[in-house]
Amino acid sequence: MYRYDSYDQTLVDERVAQFRDQMDRYLAGKLGEEEFRPVRLQNGLYIQRHAPMLRIAIPYGMLSSDQLRALATITRRYDRGYGHFTTRQNLQLNWPAQEDVPDILADLAKVQMHAIQTSGNCIRNTTSDQFAGIAKDEVVDPRPWCELIRQWSTLHPEFAYLPRKFKIAVTGATEDRAAIHVHDIGLRLFLDDAGELRFRVLAGGGMGRTPMIGEVVRADLPWQHLLTYLEAIVRVYNQFGRRDNKFKARIKILVKALGIEEFARRVEEEWAHLKDGPQTLNEGAVDEAKTHFPEPPRRPVAESAIVAYEQLRQENRAFARFVTNNVMDHKVSGYKAVTLSLKRREAAPGDITADQMDAVADLAQTFGFGEIRVTHEQNLVLSDVPVDEIEVLWQQLDALGMANPTVGTLNDIICCPGGDFCSLANAVSIPIAQAIQERFEDLDFLYDLGPIDLNISGCMNACGHHHVGNIGILGVDKKGEEYYQISLGGNADDDVSLGKILGPSFYREDVPGVIDKVLQVYVEKRLDEERFLDTYRRVGHQAFKERVYAE
Amino acid sequence: MQNEQEFQEAPETVAATSALIKLGKPVTDTWVLSRDEENLPESRPAIVPLALWQQHADRDDLAPWLPSDTELTPELAAALEKAALVAIDFPAFTDGRGYTLARLLRERFGYAGEVRAIGDVLIDQLYYMTRCGFDALALREDQELESALKALTAFSVSYQPAVDLNEPLFARRLRER
Repeated sequence: MYRYDSYDQTLVDERVAQFRDQMDRYLAGKLGEEEFRPVRLQNGLYIQRHAPMLRIAIPYGMLSSDQLRALATITRRYDRGYGHFTTRQNLQLNWPAQEDVPDILADLAKVQMHAIQTSGNCIRNTTSDQFAGIAKDEVVDPRPWCELIRQWSTLHPEFAYLPRKFKIAVTGATEDRAAIHVHDIGLRLFLDDAGELRFRVLAGGGMGRTPMIGEVVRADLPWQHLLTYLEAIVRVYNQFGRRDNKFKARIKILVKALGIEEFARRVEEEWAHLKDGPQTLNEGAVDEAKTHFPEPPRRPVAESAIVAYEQLRQENRAFARFVTNNVMDHKVSGYKAVTLSLKRREAAPGDITADQMDAVADLAQTFGFGEIRVTHEQNLVLSDVPVDEIEVLWQQLDALGMANPTVGTLNDIICCPGGDFCSLANAVSIPIAQAIQERFEDLDFLYDLGPIDLNISGCMNACGHHHVGNIGILGVDKKGEEYYQISLGGNADDDVSLGKILGPSFYREDVPGVIDKVLQVYVEKRLDEERFLDTYRRVGHQAFKERVYAE
Repeated sequence: MQNEQEFQEAPETVAATSALIKLGKPVTDTWVLSRDEENLPESRPAIVPLALWQQHADRDDLAPWLPSDTELTPELAAALEKAALVAIDFPAFTDGRGYTLARLLRERFGYAGEVRAIGDVLIDQLYYMTRCGFDALALREDQELESALKALTAFSVSYQPAVDLNEPLFARRLRER
């Protein structure tokens, strides 16, 4: 993974010193609340419902064992001994003291981490495929490109005060696991007919209160021009994005208002001036970025070991369940990627204790070259595990409560922190997730349902990505009371679609029952191995609506 | 919104009593800033709204200030070339359009005179302003000069090229290897 050189380290150290000074001026009353706000946000610090919240950047979801141990230490020293992984592959601390934040940032800098631009109206942490570099369907490893984007966007002097936040996602695989269609900019790496590396550039996707699917600005951008092209898009947005209404300030509103042709025309016009400028990439720069993501020193795995692994899968039902749901095929024969579930009934989706962090750091060192990935589904991944070590890993994960064989099922819920923590939320979300997990905990039933994305957001800001859940749940506030709106048919994959609202919203206690009715319709109507999403698309909205609202 | 209101209620012409930093050093400001769209101020030299300046563009004791939503066309840039200085207004420090305007003025149109940040110009934005080509920073009145000067040198390294630096860090790394 990427390792800082003295330049990266200097920049992060100077950022800590800058923020320490800003915090001192704020605490001394020299920096007003309003002026301090964007400054603290661009260092990850929110003022929340019960306490400040600090969001730590995990660039494109890659962590080392050393970093995870440092995070464990930080949560013990400055917080309550746990953290929360978010849908943008970052880690949030829910209970830090505001005045400790400069020290936390200094501790992070010691392990090459920071909280730069994890909030605020600027370019946020770039996200990517959690299986980057190891997926069977990968065409190009997106991580070196993500790193180049990270550097370009970090402390970009022109784009620190955009109309609104700005999120970029990158995929290099056939199957999109980075949800590029619902980002401000989505990038897909591919090889053209001549074998040349190119980017398909989408813009104007997003969730929030006006969900939209991104449109193609340029279908085939040569790789050399990645950074100048991004600069052109963000510059057009900075100049023309709306600033009069925060709910209409995202780039998607600009793209919609101008139309994609006019938007693309302005981008191209701007780019004509930037093209071939100093930020044009060359092979040297890209090769340098690639050296940070070498193939790990994998050992040969004997054919007999692979046979034994398959045999165990036949014989041991619990192991088979784990493998089917939580183990993913690898581009190298004999190796697998293992997903560690952070979904348990006792804790909020994505929550992890300091002890679990330490344990995962150790497991990653034993089984996975000391590397951990964070997924946007709020789980963790060990990306390089030989098949003859999976059984032992599984047993150890089970002891840690991280072997729930439910990845990709209804119980693998994506969920924002909601009204329990977040000052923006209209309603709680974690108790809804827990109530659903409780109601549908029978594994055979979950497996019979097959893959279903259930996503919960506590408000319109859609941090729980409810618009792209096959089943989406949104907390709404009506005259001070919590209600829940349910939508069906959303999907973040390549055949992207936004969920359609089922009808009037529900009381909190009725939500699991409504989900049950929706599932009944699916089970009755499905053909053969049809997925929930496909059945929904085939039979239509009405069948579900009628059942749910029947007297 | 609050800021806009404050500006509306402010006196139309203010003597520039707040600190001015030019090329990294505090200097005495000889220009007055006028926000009166209709009439020229009595004191000179004066920075006046762009539209008013365009009616008197031959006067060398007048200079224009650009609202943040100015569309910087080649025609406008050509007209600005003869201005002694160009000020760019930050109606609120969260309005980031001025950064793009300054870069375009410098990098695309090669304006070599003074580019001055006016309005809601705060300590914690100065470093980025300088990178984008502002060489004169008219601090908001309540801003402490000492902290402001310190903020200019908060960083000794940057990833991107801008007006102050023509080489991205990736190119510098290759060069130094």
